[in-house]
Amino acid sequence: MNFFAAIGKRTCDAVSAAHDNLAFLGETTVCALDLLVRPRRFRLRDCALAFERAAFDALPITTGIGFLLGLILAFQSAAALQMFGVEVYVSDLLAIGLFRELGPLVTAIILAGRTGSAFAAEIGTMKVDEELDALTTMGLPPVRFLVLPRVVAAVLAMPVLTIFAELAGLVGGALVLRLMGVPTTVFWQHVTSVSGVFMISFGLAKGALFGGLVGLIGCGSGMRTQATADGVGVAATSAVVGGIVAIAVTDGLLAVLCYLWKL
Amino acid sequence: MSEKIIELEHVDAGYPGAVILHDVSFSVERGEIFILLGGSGCGKSTIMKHMIGLNPVLAGRLRVAGMEWTRRTRAELCRKIGVMYQSGALFGSMTCLENVMLPLEEFTRLGRKARRERAMELLGDVELADAAEKMPNEISGGMRKRVAIARAMALEPEIIFLDEPSAGLDPITSSALDGLILKLRAAKGTTFVVVTHELPSIFKIADRAAMFDKARRGMIALGRPQELKEGSEDEFVRKFFNRGETDGKS
Repeated sequence: MNFFAAIGKRTCDAVSAAHDNLAFLGETTVCALDLLVRPRRFRLRDCALAFERAAFDALPITTGIGFLLGLILAFQSAAALQMFGVEVYVSDLLAIGLFRELGPLVTAIILAGRTGSAFAAEIGTMKVDEELDALTTMGLPPVRFLVLPRVVAAVLAMPVLTIFAELAGLVGGALVLRLMGVPTTVFWQHVTSVSGVFMISFGLAKGALFGGLVGLIGCGSGMRTQATADGVGVAATSAVVGGIVAIAVTDGLLAVLCYLWKL
Repeated sequence: MSEKIIELEHVDAGYPGAVILHDVSFSVERGEIFILLGGSGCGKSTIMKHMIGLNPVLAGRLRVAGMEWTRRTRAELCRKIGVMYQSGALFGSMTCLENVMLPLEEFTRLGRKARRERAMELLGDVELADAAEKMPNEISGGMRKRVAIARAMALEPEIIFLDEPSAGLDPITSSALDGLILKLRAAKGTTFVVVTHELPSIFKIADRAAMFDKARRGMIALGRPQELKEGSEDEFVRKFFNRGETDGKS
C-alpha cells in the first residue's frame, strides 16, 4: 500500500471509529435518560455485582498503592524541605497533592487497568459468544443491560476507592514524617488546616468523572470487539490505553479550568 | 389455506459493501419447519441474521409476521421470535433457570414465583428441570442448546430460529434435539427456521428447505428434502443430498 493510500485508510478508520464512539455515547445517553423516566428497568443487581468487583475487590491494591504513593511523595519532598528546616510542610503538600490531584488520578489509572479492561473483556467475550446478539433479538438493548450498570458502578466505585487511597497516602506520609521526628498530631493538624470540604469534594467529583470515563471506554471497547482470535485481548488493551489517555486529557483540561476560574 | 409467516422478495443478503446472496425470494409458512442449508460460508447464517433483525437487508423486501424490521416494529417483532444461537449464547453470569426467567422478567407482569414456575415448566419441556440451578459452564454443549431453546420459547413466540443446532454435538444428542424440535412444533404449532447442513437432521425434521451456494451467490433450490434429493436438476444439489451415499465410493 502506498503512502497516500495508507494515510487515506487511517483517516477513514479514524472517522469510522469516531462515528462508532459517538453513536455509542448517544445510545448510552438515550438509555440513561430512559432509565430516569423508568428507573425500575435499571439492572440494580448487575450494578451491585459490578460495584463489588470494581470497588471492594480493588480496595487492597488501591489502598496499597495509595500508601506507597504517600510514602514516596513524603520521602522525596522531605529530603528537599529538610534543607530549609520546614519538613513539617510535607503534610500540607501531601494533603493538597493527594486530595486535589494524585488521589483521583492514580485511583482512576488503577481502575482503568483493572476494571476498564475487565469490562472490555467481559463484554467482548459475550459479543464473541453471541450473547449481545441474543439480547438484541430478545428486544433488550445491550447498552441498558450491560453498559449502564457497569458505568454507574464505576462512577460510584471511584469516590470510595479515592478516599481509601488518599487516607492510605496520608498514613504513609505521616509514617515518614514520624521517622523524621515530626509528631503525628502536628502532621494531622497541618492536613486538616489546608484541606477544606471543597477541595475534598472536588477531588471526589473528579474521581467520579474519571470513573464514568473508564466505564464508558471499557464497555465501548468491549462492544466493538471483533470476533477474531485476539479480539478480546485487543479490546482489553484498547480499554486500558483509551481510559488512561482520557483520564490524562480530562485532568489536564480540569487543571486549566481550575486555574482560569481560580478554584 | 396456509399463511406465510416469513416472506423474502428479491433480497440481497450480506453486509454493506459485500453482497453474499443475491436476489433471494422464498416464503415460510406458519407451523412449518424450514431449513436453510448449504456449504460453509454460503450465507445461510447471514440470511438468518436478516430474518431476526440483526442486520438490515441490502436490497429487496423481508417481512416477518407481516411486518418489516424497522425501529417502530422492532419491539413487537422481537416478541414474535425466539432465537437459539450456535453457541447457545446463555448468559454466563446467570443460572440456567435465570437465563430462562430473563425474558419473562423483562416482558411480562408475572410475579417472581410465577416466573420461576413458568421457567421450570419450560426447562421441563426440554427435559432439563434438574439442571435449573446449574451455571451454563457446568453443563454440556447439548444441554446449553436445550436451555437456549427453553429461553427462546419463554414468551411463546410464533417463530423460533435455530442456528446450527447440531454443530458440535454427537449424533445421539443431535437426534434428541431434532426430536425436541418436532415435539415442540407438535405441542405449540411454532414455526421453526433452522440453519444446518446435517443431512440426517434435515430428512428427520424438515418440511421444506432452501439451499444456497457460495459460488453462485444465491438460492439454488427450494422444496421438500426428498424431492431435492431425488428430483433436482442441479448437479450441486444432487451431490449435496447424495453425499452420504457416495462418500467413500470411488
